[in-house]
Amino acid sequence: MVRLIGILVGIFFSGWLLVTLAVGFFTWASEPKVETAEHVFHEHPKELHLASDGPFGHFDLQQVQRGYKVYKEVCSACHSLRHVAFRDLEQLGYSEAQVKAEAAMWQVPGIDPVTGEATTRPGTPTDYFPKPFANDVAARAANNNAIPPDLSLMAKARHNGAAYVYSLLTGYQEQPEALLTEFPEAKTPDGLHYNPYFANLNLAMAKPLSDGQVDFDDGSPNDLDSMSQDVAAFLVWTAEPTLAKRHQTGWPVVLFLIILTVLSYLAYRNVWRNKEH
Amino acid sequence: MSFPWANHYQPTNPFMRWMDEKLPLPRLVYNAIGSGYPVPRNLNYWWNFGVLAGFCLVIQIVTGVILAMHYAPNALVAFDSTEHIMRDVNWGWMLRYAHANGASAFFVVVYTHIFRGFLFSSYKAPREMIWLLGVVIFLLMMATAFMGYVLPWGQMSFWGAKVITGLFGAIPLVGEPLQIWLLGGFAPDNAALNRFFSLHFLLPFVIAGVVILHIWALHIPGSSNPTGVEVKQESDTVPFHPYYTAKDGFGLAAFLVIYTAFVFFMPNALGHPDNYIPANPLSTPAHIVPEWYFWPFYAILRAFTFDFFFVPAKLLGVLAMFAAILVWFFLPWLDTSPVRSSRYRPLLRKFIWFGFVPCMAALFYLGGAPAEEPYVMFSQLAAAYYFAHFLIILPIVSMIEKTKPLPNSITEAVLAKHGETAAAE
Repeated sequence: MVRLIGILVGIFFSGWLLVTLAVGFFTWASEPKVETAEHVFHEHPKELHLASDGPFGHFDLQQVQRGYKVYKEVCSACHSLRHVAFRDLEQLGYSEAQVKAEAAMWQVPGIDPVTGEATTRPGTPTDYFPKPFANDVAARAANNNAIPPDLSLMAKARHNGAAYVYSLLTGYQEQPEALLTEFPEAKTPDGLHYNPYFANLNLAMAKPLSDGQVDFDDGSPNDLDSMSQDVAAFLVWTAEPTLAKRHQTGWPVVLFLIILTVLSYLAYRNVWRNKEH
Repeated sequence: MSFPWANHYQPTNPFMRWMDEKLPLPRLVYNAIGSGYPVPRNLNYWWNFGVLAGFCLVIQIVTGVILAMHYAPNALVAFDSTEHIMRDVNWGWMLRYAHANGASAFFVVVYTHIFRGFLFSSYKAPREMIWLLGVVIFLLMMATAFMGYVLPWGQMSFWGAKVITGLFGAIPLVGEPLQIWLLGGFAPDNAALNRFFSLHFLLPFVIAGVVILHIWALHIPGSSNPTGVEVKQESDTVPFHPYYTAKDGFGLAAFLVIYTAFVFFMPNALGHPDNYIPANPLSTPAHIVPEWYFWPFYAILRAFTFDFFFVPAKLLGVLAMFAAILVWFFLPWLDTSPVRSSRYRPLLRKFIWFGFVPCMAALFYLGGAPAEEPYVMFSQLAAAYYFAHFLIILPIVSMIEKTKPLPNSITEAVLAKHGETAAAE
């Protein structure tokens, strides 16, 4: 009885799937394929190599510091960094006094101690990076109806995140002629900007970074490509400040376990030495 | 139960003797996973995965209990509290990565353990109850893993919860009220998050309970073995300790190398980047996919694109997805062959390796692929084979197959194997 019902159920499910498959194949084969501009012109991130890559990856603190400077002078006008506190900057090689001074350069939300009214005050190391807009409505109003996303986790929130950030910053260009002839309806609308590394090709953010926009004290190159790499490196750090520690911890753990595996294999062979199996 | 030649627990230490009189817990352990449990001597590496699954459950409970000390199940702060664990809690990043990758490791191990069951027909009498309890454990694991994935309250958490609870909405008449009742609202929100947290904490202990029943049921007939021939004499078995504690120890160490490599060097490889974006009910991700371990069943769900007369395609997909797992409950009765191991069932062996394995590989891939052609057509083909394999091919093959001669005993099979290699040398 079980087998009879089973076979009937099997014939029903498998049979209906095959019918669906046949009809689906017919439709697929007979209908013309509709291509979209996103499908044809969207590009995967460019290759990017950072010191934090791979199982030996660590932070290039000079580069992360440069990326922080670009964030401070450019990105922070629109993008928040809400999971990062000023105290975290000590991990980038700044001293306690430097972090204190750095935090004080930012204005964070506060309460007037006399009147109790909302106000701003200079930041302290325990404060988090302040948000550039009071709320989402203000953020939309200032940015062509798009909310600039928080950047703390950006390097982990996109496929191949660091390379994505780097590609997006360096990827602004004119719409290709081929795109406009093939998909005239995909012309970039007013107020948006064409970038093939963005999922739907047009984004509200205008090209944020240009050659020479930020100066580095040590005279490091400040062309667009270098600065974009610096920003990507900085965002890898903000996304996971514990990354280098994770790699450092991982090696002894894995090496210990490899030795344990070899020893336990030898123990296993020894226990079974007189037992054919 | 045990075989008459099993070693007996004889404590010599006065304290252990006293303990044995008052509460014979050491005796229980001795008979369960010690020298008092005789096990077939010919178990191969496929038999390592039961112990590994038990170890994964321990990893998950230990890391999970500690994570729960720092996590806040409130829709307003759940995402931030997860990041708080990653950044501010001492070793929090390690606990969370160990837990997230521990879920994946648990499923890798359990899928291998289940496949061992298919390959050696471990579900057959007298071990039906072990198998049935195993399927129950698997269902509980799926529920637990699904609810756990919702807790970080990222985009995939939210939309995954919405899609999966939406499946209940496909049930006629009661579907929509049922979905609202399950979620405690019209969409996943604080009520859903809170109950998922509560259940995600509870269910692992239920799983642990069923695991105890699973092992209890195992000790009644004893372990199966690769020949599928039952134990007949003392020379067929070895005591679990030290023989299989040594072998499982080696398997466990090798497993931990791979597992820790994921935890420390590629902890996000098996996750979805969208879950690092806070849940946003107003923005639907381009592709909503569950975690990789649900992909075969997700592929079956999405393979149904046509209504069957009055039955909507969505309902068919939901029924098929549940049926895909429920069918495992009936395997002991669908497979009527007197022979267990696929070593001696040439036809079934071919269907498993050249039909079922490619079919599962395809379903694993297609469940994560976007719901567009040609992926949907391939998942229809693979899902059709999946149901045909268990419900049509297995019963028919088990009736008509001409099986190979079985060895008279485990000892004979082992000695024959070694005789051959000795002769070859």
